[in-house]
Amino acid sequence: MSDPAPADSLASAGAASALPLLEAAGLTVLLEVNGARRAVLRDVSLTLRPGEAVGLVGESGSGKSMTARAMGRLLPAGAEVRGSIRFGSTDVGELSGADLRRYRTRVAMIFQDPRAHVNPVRRIGDFMTEALRTNHEVSRGEARRRAADMLAQVGIEDGARRLQQYPYQMSGGMLQRVMIAAALLTGPSLLLADEPTTALDVTTQAEVMAILDGLRRQSGLAMLFITHDLELAAAICDRTAVMYAGQIVEVRASSLLHSDPLHPYTAALAAARPDIVRSARRLRAIPGRPLSAFEAPVAECAFAPRCTYAGDVCRAAWPGLVELGGGMSRCARVHELRGQLQAASDG
Amino acid sequence: MAAGDASTFRRGLALLRATGPVGIASAVVIAAATLTAVFGPLLAPDDPDLPNLSLSWAGPVGGHLLGYDFQGRDVLSRLLAGAQSSMLGPLAVVVLSVAAGTLLAVTAAWRRGISDTAISSGLNILFAFPGILLAIFAAAIFGAGLPAAAIALSIAYLPYVARVLRGAALKERGQPYVAALEVQGASATAICLRHVVPNIWPLIVAQATILFGYAMVDLAAISFLGLGVQPPTANWGVMIAENQDGLLLGHPLPAVAAGLCIVTVVIAVNLLGERLSAQAQAARG
Repeated sequence: MSDPAPADSLASAGAASALPLLEAAGLTVLLEVNGARRAVLRDVSLTLRPGEAVGLVGESGSGKSMTARAMGRLLPAGAEVRGSIRFGSTDVGELSGADLRRYRTRVAMIFQDPRAHVNPVRRIGDFMTEALRTNHEVSRGEARRRAADMLAQVGIEDGARRLQQYPYQMSGGMLQRVMIAAALLTGPSLLLADEPTTALDVTTQAEVMAILDGLRRQSGLAMLFITHDLELAAAICDRTAVMYAGQIVEVRASSLLHSDPLHPYTAALAAARPDIVRSARRLRAIPGRPLSAFEAPVAECAFAPRCTYAGDVCRAAWPGLVELGGGMSRCARVHELRGQLQAASDG
Repeated sequence: MAAGDASTFRRGLALLRATGPVGIASAVVIAAATLTAVFGPLLAPDDPDLPNLSLSWAGPVGGHLLGYDFQGRDVLSRLLAGAQSSMLGPLAVVVLSVAAGTLLAVTAAWRRGISDTAISSGLNILFAFPGILLAIFAAAIFGAGLPAAAIALSIAYLPYVARVLRGAALKERGQPYVAALEVQGASATAICLRHVVPNIWPLIVAQATILFGYAMVDLAAISFLGLGVQPPTANWGVMIAENQDGLLLGHPLPAVAAGLCIVTVVIAVNLLGERLSAQAQAARG
């Protein structure tokens, strides 16, 4: 329905499906906190292919949102970025001015709290049509027609009336659907979804997820889906990356995440979740507390202090990401532990 | 904000009503002063600039309610005619300083870092120069007159406007919706003009109103010193200056009447500005 801007180096990015659409390599981000430089992301490498959904899972403060913000070039002022993010043939870190704006029209972002991310004193219609009218030179009438169409696709039937409303006149779930509609309106090729359903109640969450997933598949959109819900990520994403303390500790096809995890943290995360089928007397919480990236030990495995499998090898050196069985793991003992992790989370 | 739009007008009325009876009364006084500034010369019963020395310091008589000034000119006519330069000067100061102040404030808040430091330090240096001093400089360089005085005062007021608006713009810039607009590919100019400035608009209006009062008093003082509006042009500040002898000679009415005009408008403007400002604060939460 909405044709993206004529082919240019950005628009054609990812036309060949073999090439990655977006590729973060060795991404390390340092922020200045109280005068000290602290790492919030450490060696994050992640690839999204065109049309692929990748989940990004982890506890609060593990660097999920920071990864998405780095991809949208929304890092706070003064952030030091090492490593690279490539979008097609473009180095995202090098972009500025008009090139940066053109890149951002190819990447859409939706956020956890829709109400904070919309100008409260502007009507929904103004909000939805602004990007179309300013970046894609679509006429006012046409932009409003497309916006109403898109609202219908996210399940808001009386689009024309809704366009006249203000954000405060809508519920959180409806506003999040408006945000999704607005994000898809300009025909991006990548959607960064930062916990889009976390602030919604469970039934609304399921509805919004279904709409998001359906529209994404229909338009062949790639998505980075950030959540702390491992099950949700596994359900709608092709692959899932698990983050801990600013690092990616495992990347795995979602279908294998439960049956064949490659990192003790993934297994522990899965075991800590209540199961509707089995009743548990007590959930298996992970001992200790989640560490921020800057608190984590630098020269050893970041999860070692909380890991039941940690041994001398884990504390001897910082493990790298190793490829294994179609996935990746940052566990020094992954070869010996593979297979046992599943048993542990079942028991 | 589409100016002249019917809904904008209605919103303005609602805002005014919210300022209460004092705010409405102040608005009426300001409206009356504005109308006088526009139509004053036409309303003046006598020629405001025609002297008649035989009537100098003559008290009120029939048809001449405020009597005559030191040159025997009708005081009421001079007050009505003088409204124009007395109101226009502060208006020019407010428009200039608020426009430039908003530009600087939004630029500093948007770019942050070095730009913000440079702009803020520049403004802090400007704080050191009182308006009257700058006006004396300007008069020395460009010659005495209303334009030089207005430009000097605009520069002197710039830091006051810019500092308050920078804070508001900085707060707005940090709002998540601004980041969402950025990641949508909106340009900085578009975000500032369509979102940041409209959202701090109530504060801009409140600032402008308060400044108007200060500008009026300062311009009257500059005219009193002989560096602003030049006699024989009718102007409230000039009238206080030229009739100051009357205060000692027992004919206080011409100077006091001009002073009262200034005080009334300034009080009205300050009261309205204060109440609009309170409204803006309340709305911002």
